[in-house]
Amino acid sequence: MNNTARISLLAAAAIIAAPAFADGDHRAKALQMMKQDFVTKGQARADRVSEDGLQTICNRTGNKPPEAIGKRLETDQMAGVKYPADGKLMGDWKEGEKIAQSGRGFTWSDEPGLPVGGNCYNCHQIAPKETSYGTVGPSLFHFGKLRGNTADMQKYAYSKIYNAKAYNLCSEMPRFGHIGALKEDQIKHLVALLLDPESPVNK
Amino acid sequence: MKQALALSAVAVIALVAASAPVLAQAPAAKPAPAAAKKAAKPVAAPVEEKDAATLEFEKFRAKMIEEGNPAELFEAQGEEMWKSSRGPKKVSLATSCDLGLGVGVVKGAYVQMPRYFADAGKVMDAERRIVWCMVEKQGFKEADLHAKPFGSGTYTPDQTSLVTYVAANSKDMKFAVPLKDPHVKDVYEIGKETVAYRAGPYDFSCNTCHGADGKRIRMQQLPNISTQKGAATAVLGWPGYRMTGNVMLTSQWRMNDCFRQQRFPEPKYASDTVTALLTYMTANANGTTYTGPGIKR
Repeated sequence: MNNTARISLLAAAAIIAAPAFADGDHRAKALQMMKQDFVTKGQARADRVSEDGLQTICNRTGNKPPEAIGKRLETDQMAGVKYPADGKLMGDWKEGEKIAQSGRGFTWSDEPGLPVGGNCYNCHQIAPKETSYGTVGPSLFHFGKLRGNTADMQKYAYSKIYNAKAYNLCSEMPRFGHIGALKEDQIKHLVALLLDPESPVNK
Repeated sequence: MKQALALSAVAVIALVAASAPVLAQAPAAKPAPAAAKKAAKPVAAPVEEKDAATLEFEKFRAKMIEEGNPAELFEAQGEEMWKSSRGPKKVSLATSCDLGLGVGVVKGAYVQMPRYFADAGKVMDAERRIVWCMVEKQGFKEADLHAKPFGSGTYTPDQTSLVTYVAANSKDMKFAVPLKDPHVKDVYEIGKETVAYRAGPYDFSCNTCHGADGKRIRMQQLPNISTQKGAATAVLGWPGYRMTGNVMLTSQWRMNDCFRQQRFPEPKYASDTVTALLTYMTANANGTTYTGPGIKR
């Protein structure tokens, strides 16, 4: 382990040891309480209530990790992004639109298994024809028109959908590729929806 | 507390340690996300205004209430149940159940819950307290009351009607959750931590959707439950008669369905977790006038 890694380890441990960011006592009580109070239903297993490492950092810092730790852990998330073997990042925008519309997947009332939807319109404005869109995330209308359909931008869009936490550690957006919710071809279709000059997003 | 912290500390150390080789590598290229963020701003969507569907629904709701609020049927059934001798012990709740203002007192009780009940040693919301009374005073089996706690189809659990009756007796009164009681304050603070807690496959917390003003999921406005106005939006109208399915549903159900959409496992009915959330939200709404059992979309 090199020095920088050791430093970030110590800093991460320090966050946990000294919960200066919020009331540690009530947090500990809340964790204990939730461990007791949740039960498996359908595919939603009781252990979903446990935090993973990234969630722990975000939970314990009010979603504002110290910059040095945030950057390092974002790099780790980025390192886990798997790109298509053939290097092609753009699929069919029409398929992408269908995936963006679907909000199904992962609740205890959903049928288990894949494919699941991208939930995109729940939070984002995307193609102009769909007026029922959420505002939790930024508008993606004219995403490609404003940015250009470059190789770098395709890689950015693919990685962002695969793992939003690679760019912003405590982003509210799920890590669709990282958790295995969206498969490679589905993410490619969504990249096309955002960047293909023929997509209604860019008209 | 120490143990929980120690466990997470180990988890994080493991995470960081496992990533050490990755950390030594050069960071991956990031094509100008800052520029991308900037570009997104001019097309940001307008928020706050009510959409046509919401306005249409509100018109419909006003008309329906004028013609008779369907919640009143459940209120009447609940009153009958409250006053009748029931359960293996053949006792009425009216002569045995203390909702915080004295045995049998329903007037104003709903807007002052959740509150601490010394006999149970717990902070309880209205529905949990009613279930506690049904078990302790009337002798009903807790497992039976927990088995199918929410309305569906033509089925309405007794406790739903009872909560509707109790809630109706706080109509036009102001929410006044007794936060000065240290027991209640403690549960409030636990609730505040709970709404911020991110977990599950999508990394969602309650605050992902309900922690900021002016957000929507699709066309659905999302109240910011950390504010008095938002918390009031969240608690008003419950218990409510839901047009979707034509059933009477309670705050306990509302919390359950939020966790479903959060991709969490299921919270146990009448559990500390649900009470903590209701304590946090209702206390944040303190001072707001309760409009009585309502109609929900």
